[in-house]
Amino acid sequence: MFRAFLDAFLFQAGYNAALVAAGAALLGVAAGSGGSFLFLRKRALVSDAVAHATLPGVGAAFIVMVALGGDGRNLLGLLLGSAISASIGLLAVEWIVSRTRLAEDAAIGAVLSVFFGFGIVLLTVIQTLSRGYQAGLESFLLGSTAGMLFADAIVIATGGAATLALILIMCRPMTIVAFDPEFAAASGINVRRIDLAMMGLVMAVTVIGLKVVGLILIVAMLIIPPVTARLWTERAEHVLLFGGLFGGFSGYVGAAISASAPNLPTGPIVVLVAFSLFAGSLLFAPGRGVIAAFLRHRRFQLAVHRRQGLLALARGEAIFDPLTLTVLRREGLIRQDGVATQKGRAHAAKALRDEKRWALARQLYEDEAVGGGYDGLTPIETVLTRDELADIDHRLGPPAPVS
Amino acid sequence: MNAVLELASRKEWAAGSDALDESPLVVAGLTVSYGEKPAIFSIDAAVAAGSMTAIVGPNGAGKSTLIKAVLGIVPRLSGQVFAYGRPLRQNMHRIAYVPQRASVDWDFPTRVIDVVLMGLYRELGLLGRVRQHHRERALSCLDRVGMAEFAHRQIGQLSGGQQQRVFLARALAQNAGLYLLDEPFAGVDAATERAIIDVLRALKEEGRTAVCVHHDLATVADYFDNVLLINVRKIAEGPVETTFTAENLQKTYGGRLATAHIDQLKLPA
Amino acid sequence: MGSEFVQLSLTPLLIGILSAIACALPGNFLILRRQALIGDAISHVVLPGIVVAFLLTGKVSTWPMLFGAGGAAIVAVVMIELIKRVGRIEPGAAMGVTFTALFAAGVLLLEQSDTSGVHLDVEHALYGNLESLIWFAADDWSSLFDPVALAALPPELFRIAVVALLISILTIVFWRPLKLSTFDEAFAGAVGIRTGVLGLGLVITAAVAAVAAFDAVGSIIVIAMFICPPAAARLMTNRLEVQILWSVFFAVISAVAGYVLAGYGPLWIGGQHAVSAAGMIATVSGVILALACLFGPQRMRMGAPAGS
Repeated sequence: MFRAFLDAFLFQAGYNAALVAAGAALLGVAAGSGGSFLFLRKRALVSDAVAHATLPGVGAAFIVMVALGGDGRNLLGLLLGSAISASIGLLAVEWIVSRTRLAEDAAIGAVLSVFFGFGIVLLTVIQTLSRGYQAGLESFLLGSTAGMLFADAIVIATGGAATLALILIMCRPMTIVAFDPEFAAASGINVRRIDLAMMGLVMAVTVIGLKVVGLILIVAMLIIPPVTARLWTERAEHVLLFGGLFGGFSGYVGAAISASAPNLPTGPIVVLVAFSLFAGSLLFAPGRGVIAAFLRHRRFQLAVHRRQGLLALARGEAIFDPLTLTVLRREGLIRQDGVATQKGRAHAAKALRDEKRWALARQLYEDEAVGGGYDGLTPIETVLTRDELADIDHRLGPPAPVS
Repeated sequence: MNAVLELASRKEWAAGSDALDESPLVVAGLTVSYGEKPAIFSIDAAVAAGSMTAIVGPNGAGKSTLIKAVLGIVPRLSGQVFAYGRPLRQNMHRIAYVPQRASVDWDFPTRVIDVVLMGLYRELGLLGRVRQHHRERALSCLDRVGMAEFAHRQIGQLSGGQQQRVFLARALAQNAGLYLLDEPFAGVDAATERAIIDVLRALKEEGRTAVCVHHDLATVADYFDNVLLINVRKIAEGPVETTFTAENLQKTYGGRLATAHIDQLKLPA
Repeated sequence: MGSEFVQLSLTPLLIGILSAIACALPGNFLILRRQALIGDAISHVVLPGIVVAFLLTGKVSTWPMLFGAGGAAIVAVVMIELIKRVGRIEPGAAMGVTFTALFAAGVLLLEQSDTSGVHLDVEHALYGNLESLIWFAADDWSSLFDPVALAALPPELFRIAVVALLISILTIVFWRPLKLSTFDEAFAGAVGIRTGVLGLGLVITAAVAAVAAFDAVGSIIVIAMFICPPAAARLMTNRLEVQILWSVFFAVISAVAGYVLAGYGPLWIGGQHAVSAAGMIATVSGVILALACLFGPQRMRMGAPAGS
């Protein structure tokens, strides 16, 4: 099994498998970076509507091609049909949002379910038309690379490469629009046209991905890698870059794993590889990770309670909050009965002095940094210079001990 | 309630009150943070019965957060809140709340009278029938804010000021002792402002208490008895005459409020 | 319209109608809360829930499947919240990550496990098999009074009837707090309504509707019925009470017209085979929504959106 995976991973499992892996990797990069624009524009789930809206196009294209006397299964024809119905779905979403009181989420849900339902109707029509002759269009639901024709693999690999090239060309204006549409408009970029190009890209990725991962899971390829990237970085262009990398990695490794054993459908595997990357990032990412956030929050909460407790001690007020009492006791700042220890009094005096320094500093310096740092936790030394501090201490006079 | 007595006794302006236990609202060490930045830090405050108090501070000072934390709508990091001598959760029925007008979607499919009837939620419960006397009460509340004729309008058809009045009518229907209002005067027309302040004064006449988040410094002295100045921390608290001073405002707003601007305010000498 | 109708069409029709109603009721609130796509997410995660329940119990039976799907819905909601809050990711993307990943896991589990002996596959999950739920034991209308025939009704009918009744009761009982917290969550919290619990309850109710309907009609109808009838109803009226009635009406019309068109439509135009009833019901609901978008008396918005 591992041997088979390694073969597939290293392009040695046959020509088709290699093409599929390369195609999946290209598709992953295109989906990851293309999806980043959508994600940064806060419209990630539009891709869900687009993807589901491809199905009636596939069915209709098949029917038309058969009616014209051709082979209904021509991949290019099917993809063309899916692109047309996906655009209609996209227009329908925009039309509903702009012309009625319904919000975008309702419009997306309506379009995706209705188009998909209609697609299913067309598929059953095809079943009756072809009388037992397997059209195999169901493979567009979940993707299937197993019996893929060489020509199909070529179509996918070329499509992925072309989409990627388009992304590279459009990268700069799209990033600007995604980051700040108003600034983009002000600097002469046609935002509407860029948005259209973005949607075109998403549609291209969806259509190319149909055969590999299927129309339900292509949505995952467009959403998961950019969100994963977002967990690691605060910069738009890095979301794009990492989104592409994560997507490419998922596509390639997923296709390789899938080729290594039977019963491992490509689409779900690719998505699960992408999701593993995401889950790991959500746990361990430094800024937005669960573990980091939990530790930070706990530390912060304890710092707040400690400070509040010390100030209460300094002012001779009673403390009622159980957590505050626990924190102070644990640090040996108060005794079991709640009376301040020697150390507690010293820290309390220091906290109170810090408070007074802050209060005075805020009157003296009309500065956002001084005003904004007054949250009870920022040490004043981090905001003022030593000379300024000395000046404040001079005005305050000598520190008063806490009794 | 020792805790309340202890806290309330620290407020010299409340010290004359003979029913400290009955202070409508006492806040002790209330801290709330969004992420790792405190929105309000260790706020202590006590509100005297039958008074009108303004919560004043710059944008982002945590005024609305304070109200929401008092009501338990946003989670507290630390601190306690007492209403009428008991933990606030036990006395929720004595408190009415007017949220910010912009916090809801006015396209919601409902009518003015239905919104006011929401104020009777505690009385009606899950399945209690809305009877004629409930409707009449809702209508009289609408009448008090001058909106009776709009009772059967769709809420989306109202102007901003009218929306604010409907929210106030809903709070009146709650028939509470303590009214907490979040920016009731924000973005309303002059007539509405007049109507709201008249209602608040009438409430005060009836011995009820009102606490408003307020942003218009020019009207603080006119409208309110007490003021609570906050900017993440509590800066000052007390009667307007002694507390709403240039010095305290300077402390509250820091460099953001030019001294010249303060001079133009109607401040107590 | 005699024995053939009772035997072949009566139960699918009833199941379709009840499924549509069970989904449309919670859908009204989901739409007003801007959570329409939670319905989408739920109907996708029902699949892994059911597959896990099948793998644990080894058979396809009602209660394990309901629990599995309900559990999956809760897992999905928790994941979405976690990604939103901790990762600070916008809700749409958080939803997208969650339901696609769970759906992929469901598909993979299904492919990996031996389901040859049972009726469980992805296509079935997506578009159900409404047409197969026929009432063999029935002879004609008199069978409605024949205990032996009634006992042989498809169990799906009983299941969805219970769920539809349950959801109707829940909607009535929790009407007031639901409406209040949907309109003004802060105020609802201030009068003591546990808005978080209520919101979760709504999602779980939607999940229960999805599971019960899913079995018979597939997830695609579930999404369509969550969204299309309530959305169309919203464009007809400005009162929530009336909107609910419209949504039920539209749901019933979609189910009936969709079923009839799927079964008899192809015959009318010279075809020989019926098409997918589930797909046709979704299509009809879409046509109704499109008509409401074009001609609904209350199709334009009036108030300013929240937060502006």
